[in-house]
Amino acid sequence: MSSAARVLIGTESFDVGVESEKLRQQSQAAGALVIFTGMVRGHGEGGAISSMVLEHYPGMTERLIEAIIQQAEQRWSVVSARVIHRVGELQPGELIVFVGVTSAHRRDAFAACEFIMDYLKTSAPLWKKELGAFGERWAEARGSDIDAAKRWC
Amino acid sequence: MKLTVLFFASLREQLQTGQLLIDSATVLPTVASLLDALRSKGTVWQQALSGDRLIAAVNQTVVEPCHELRDGDEVAFYPPVTGG
Repeated sequence: MSSAARVLIGTESFDVGVESEKLRQQSQAAGALVIFTGMVRGHGEGGAISSMVLEHYPGMTERLIEAIIQQAEQRWSVVSARVIHRVGELQPGELIVFVGVTSAHRRDAFAACEFIMDYLKTSAPLWKKELGAFGERWAEARGSDIDAAKRWC
Repeated sequence: MKLTVLFFASLREQLQTGQLLIDSATVLPTVASLLDALRSKGTVWQQALSGDRLIAAVNQTVVEPCHELRDGDEVAFYPPVTGG
């Protein structure tokens, strides 16, 4: 898979089954496929969420996530990887992010997938804004996410 | 010295500016110098661009305030990220 196609940032929704199948077909040497998907929660710190808007830094978001994938490849035995992150307006329950990793065995696939997500959450230039009856509120970075990323050091 | 300065998310809203094109007669040697110049634009700028939670990126790579700027650089300032 060309590195240019490994990271997709866009407004369109994605299908987990379709994306998993694409990864599986590209990974003839793999015995394990691990997927993480994240969804829009119905509640935030401010109250019930009616919608969420995701902003990003076009160009840098893709480059940084690609760099994270390359770090994962240096640490674990990764056959292929793909990250999809939606931006724009999303509704509660909708899928926000997809991280898929294939490897010969499950240990590396699980570790690489979690690493990519932990680093994405703490370094990729993306910002969530929650909208609800409370008005608008920018989500705040969480200490637990920063701690999660640090444990890979 | 010409620079493109970008602001994102809550910072963009606070400043009511997403992009600023700077054509400075004086050289701004570092990101810190640029921040000083921007803060001097007024109270809102002073407040928004203060604090230790501001992240700077030059040509799409995160840098420290001491990073040296070059003519034509794209500089972005943004709050802690919350994607994923």
